[in-house]
Amino acid sequence: MKSVIPKEVESLWTLFTAPTVWALHFVGCYAAVAIYCAKAASFDFGFDTVRLALGGLTVLALVVIVLSAYLAWRQWGFGSGDPPHDEPTRKDRTLFQGFATLLLAGLSFVAVVYVAIPLIFIAECQR
Amino acid sequence: MRGKGPTEASRPMGSGLRSLKLCPFILLPGLSLSSCSGSHSALDPAGPEASYVAHLFFVMLFGGIVIWIAVVAALIYAARKKRVHSEESAGRIILWCGAILPTLVLGALLSYGLWMMPAIRPWVPDEQQVRRIEVTGEQFWWRVRYLDEAGEVMFETANEVRIPVGEPAHFSLRAADVIHSFWVPSLGGKMDMIPGRTNPLTLTADRQGTYRGVCAEFCGQSHALMAFTVRAVQPEAHETWLAERRASKPLDAEGLAVFLNNGCGACHAISGTAANGRIGPDLTAFGERGTLAAGALPHTTEDIARFVADPGDIKPGVKMPHFGMLPEDDINKIAAFLKELK
Ligand code: HEC
Ligand SMILES: [Cu+2]
Repeated sequence: MKSVIPKEVESLWTLFTAPTVWALHFVGCYAAVAIYCAKAASFDFGFDTVRLALGGLTVLALVVIVLSAYLAWRQWGFGSGDPPHDEPTRKDRTLFQGFATLLLAGLSFVAVVYVAIPLIFIAECQR
Repeated sequence: MRGKGPTEASRPMGSGLRSLKLCPFILLPGLSLSSCSGSHSALDPAGPEASYVAHLFFVMLFGGIVIWIAVVAALIYAARKKRVHSEESAGRIILWCGAILPTLVLGALLSYGLWMMPAIRPWVPDEQQVRRIEVTGEQFWWRVRYLDEAGEVMFETANEVRIPVGEPAHFSLRAADVIHSFWVPSLGGKMDMIPGRTNPLTLTADRQGTYRGVCAEFCGQSHALMAFTVRAVQPEAHETWLAERRASKPLDAEGLAVFLNNGCGACHAISGTAANGRIGPDLTAFGERGTLAAGALPHTTEDIARFVADPGDIKPGVKMPHFGMLPEDDINKIAAFLKELK
């Protein structure tokens, strides 16, 4: 089977993927809830629908972050070498970037989960 | 009220270091003795909302102590260096204790706080919030209006709020000038008062008593002198009081003429008289209040006279002109009149 995952992703952009997903998820959740609650009367679906939709968005965000973490892990050589990867070589630069991306993906994963926790507890719009 | 406490001021400089070391041990019993009880302590809750706040505090305190002891124990262990550990095991400790454990603890705390939120800040749908009490923060006092079932103002008072024991009191919090914050530590968490907005807050007092509330958002020169009193009374007594205050009875007293002649009525209202000013606190039944000038002074005839003569001396930046130019006799008459105003 031909893999859909590209063989090599080595640009600085990958570094930002996970934090960007976190930022978009954050804005998405806050904006959706704020807009829904401000205009609840003019929508014909309930708040639970919003929560479910944002739950879906959360799963999607986590999947993208895990994917980016996998790519970073691969770039890091699956942990074959130990940090800090500070030699002035192309190889170390690649490993360093992979490792940094992996850590950022971990951070973003936790952050997305934290942003989503209120969805479990907040059951209605309050004014 | 102003200045440092005696212990703080009288502590010799040299003992600073020593007391710092002993700090946690001094602080805990010290806290429990000085500020864990009283009319404005969040640690001596008088209602369900405040109980949850206190609960949250103690959970955090206990958790903090456990973590603190663990960190110090690890520190002592590391400093003694009896056994050599590999770099790998050190890395594992950093991973587990420095990243994974804090993530779990923070996640648990976040969930716990969110789970507790409805109890700390009960949300009551608009239509169920009948007979609200509208409190407006003004520099540097509190305008209090009691609304009836239809939301119409029944009467106004100031710097003191009466609520029935055991029944939720619904507050509508507003601000007239700058941001203030309404906080009755014994009854619950604080809520900001923001110009142009009305913030709802529901508090319940389980115990009869007098509680102190304060402004918890810096609002100007006399911010620290902006307090109020909450009296939780039996529901029947509360109804009687409401009815009494709604019925305005004509009033005549010797001091009233002096009060009116000096223009006090332009800013202050007294029900049943010609005084109907709306700029300053309503003074109807002022004699029943426990404090003067939003908790700045005790409610005595001398202090009322002192305040009227020079309010700015007691509350810097106050929005009441001084009346020190009046004959002392007039001021005393007014003070006696206000002190007895029922
Ligand atoms: C320009 C408007 C104005 C006039 C005139 C005025 N006051 Fe005041 N007064 C205020 C304001 C504003 C406050 C609130 C001060 C504060 O606590 O920040 C106040 C507070 C008070 C208080 C304390 C009220 C409380 O709830 O504890 C008393 C008593 C008082 N005034 C008496 C008088 C008397 C007596 C006169 C007439 C000699 C007078 N005032 C004239 C504006 C006025
Ligand atoms: Cu204030």
